Amino acid sequence: MARYIGKRMFYMLITLILIATFTFFLMKILPGSPIASADRLSPEQRAIVEASYGLDRPLPVQYFDYMFGLVQGDLGVSINQFKGAPVTDIILNRIGPSAQIGFQGMLFGTILGILFGMVAAVKQNSWIDYASTTVAIIGISIPSFVFASLLQYWLAVEWQLFPVAFWKEGFMSSVLPSLALAMFPLATAARFIRSEMIEVLGSDYITLAKAKGASGSEIAFKHAFRNALIPLITVLGPMAVSILTGSLVVEQIFAIPGIGEQFVTSIMVQDFSIIMGTTIFFSVFLILVILIVDVLYGVIDPRIRLSGGKS
Amino acid sequence: MEKILQIKDLELSFNTFAGEVKAIRGVNFDLYKGETLAIVGESGSGKSVTSKSIMRLLPESSAEFKNGEILFGGRDLTKLSDKEMQKIRGKEISMIFQDPMTSLNPTMPIGRQITEPLLKHQKISKPEARKVAIDLLRLVGMPKPELRMKQYPHQFSGGQRQRIVIAISLACNPQILIADEPTTALDVTIQAQILELMKDLQRKIDTSIIFITHDLGVVANVADRVAVMYGGKIVEIGTVDEIFYNPQHPYTWGLLSSMPSLDTEDAKLYTIPGTPPDLLEPPKGDAFALRSEYAMKIDMEMDPPFFEISDTHKAATWLLHPDAPKVEPPLSVIERMKKFPGSRYYEGSKN
Repeated sequence: MARYIGKRMFYMLITLILIATFTFFLMKILPGSPIASADRLSPEQRAIVEASYGLDRPLPVQYFDYMFGLVQGDLGVSINQFKGAPVTDIILNRIGPSAQIGFQGMLFGTILGILFGMVAAVKQNSWIDYASTTVAIIGISIPSFVFASLLQYWLAVEWQLFPVAFWKEGFMSSVLPSLALAMFPLATAARFIRSEMIEVLGSDYITLAKAKGASGSEIAFKHAFRNALIPLITVLGPMAVSILTGSLVVEQIFAIPGIGEQFVTSIMVQDFSIIMGTTIFFSVFLILVILIVDVLYGVIDPRIRLSGGKS
Repeated sequence: MEKILQIKDLELSFNTFAGEVKAIRGVNFDLYKGETLAIVGESGSGKSVTSKSIMRLLPESSAEFKNGEILFGGRDLTKLSDKEMQKIRGKEISMIFQDPMTSLNPTMPIGRQITEPLLKHQKISKPEARKVAIDLLRLVGMPKPELRMKQYPHQFSGGQRQRIVIAISLACNPQILIADEPTTALDVTIQAQILELMKDLQRKIDTSIIFITHDLGVVANVADRVAVMYGGKIVEIGTVDEIFYNPQHPYTWGLLSSMPSLDTEDAKLYTIPGTPPDLLEPPKGDAFALRSEYAMKIDMEMDPPFFEISDTHKAATWLLHPDAPKVEPPLSVIERMKKFPGSRYYEGSKN
């Protein structure tokens, strides 16, 4: 297992280098300049500013310089958004709230979604099934900002249970954005678990479990659930990354100083270092989650565990 | 002999979008203590449905008992609640399925799968259940059972998996074991081992077995009595000798003729023409009449009743009616009947 993970780590490193390289050159192709109000500067002034950030050097030199820093864990400094502040600090300052609402939303949505899906599968074609399917369709088709606004209106403005916006009251501030983010994983989990459970419940080993005298809930939880989990894990991994790393819209609506909001602003002002840093940060996260998902497959399904362990 | 299970006038239908499929259309049989009753028939004859209906394993949403009763221990199984059935399943009646490759849970160690019915039905602790499970594995001939308890189904061969399924089914010493084509998915040498194992275990724990199969070779090997099913009904039932050496129903004749034997000289094996009846609209009269060269006019109009050939042997065919013309069974069947004292072709009586 250790050897397998080591091998995977090596490939992950290569993937990261490729991602960094592509992002670097793609951004260099972009028209415009990271230097604020560049249009109003004279060519000479502009050259001076560019030189101070090392942007006047040939591309390959800039590239290797950046990559060298990257390997040492240095993501550079912000060019215009937070002039001179280290990108690492900016990301670390912003990731907290995003991770918190993302984690809460994921956890709540996935657990509730799995429950909905399981009940729907066990009571197939009952009113519970139809209700859960309806929730799933709503969750997938209605964008999170609609939920966000509705939650704000009902729970914050009308009933005043939670703050309307801002990141000032700790957990209470995180409830509404978490709920808004939870809808999509909830709907996805319910849909996947339902269809997979229905398939698993029709398999021979479930009939055998029933023939042993197992009750309905024992069959659903002890026998079927684990076998129905694999496809869900596959979609939940990447979804967790996108939600944990911040949902721009939800962060905007609730005025949360998160990383999603930060990322978009940095793109608009072309703050090269922040874009690079955030992209690399997201990539590391995604690649790690994919590794975790692959390891989880093995934990859930012993048939995968062995073939992975031998390699 | 003590009757352990009685099935009386059982009728069961599946409600499908196309309509009502009458899968079992009046089945009667008794199961005696300690015997092996084989139910044979081709696909769609209702043999598996009959066995699953005893365990109530058919989907509740579509399968519906229309008539009759399944009497076991003074209770009618068709009327029990699901909770009450859970106490019977795996404890008093247990089941072995056709495909050992798919009948074990792939993500659960086999030890847990064997101890599950023990912990469920008997008041014993986990370590005790583990001990029993190891003994069971040893009983079904699994080498190094202690080491294998923690392994998963994919680490076993097909034959070994069927042994595990058998171990599970025997965990609580059931009174009835229903084996639904337990050897069909195994290759021939393993088949023989599994059959030997089942016979051996039956002697040890004195359980009654209902053995569902379409393989007459297997039947001759394991069964005490045989019920032949066709179109959702039993058409002939008798001891294994009576069915093999004095068959009366044209369908049984067809089945026996299509079985290769050591003295079959023809290169071509007999096949029964046509296909089994559509149970969405079961034919009037004898369901086999349309495929039978012995069919008479009455077969198309009236369902034949059972005619008794002996105390143990009954067949549902109009050919046994006193007014029916005497017909000659196929040659291979006559050859068989020559060996059976009491049949009209018995050679001992002719000479």
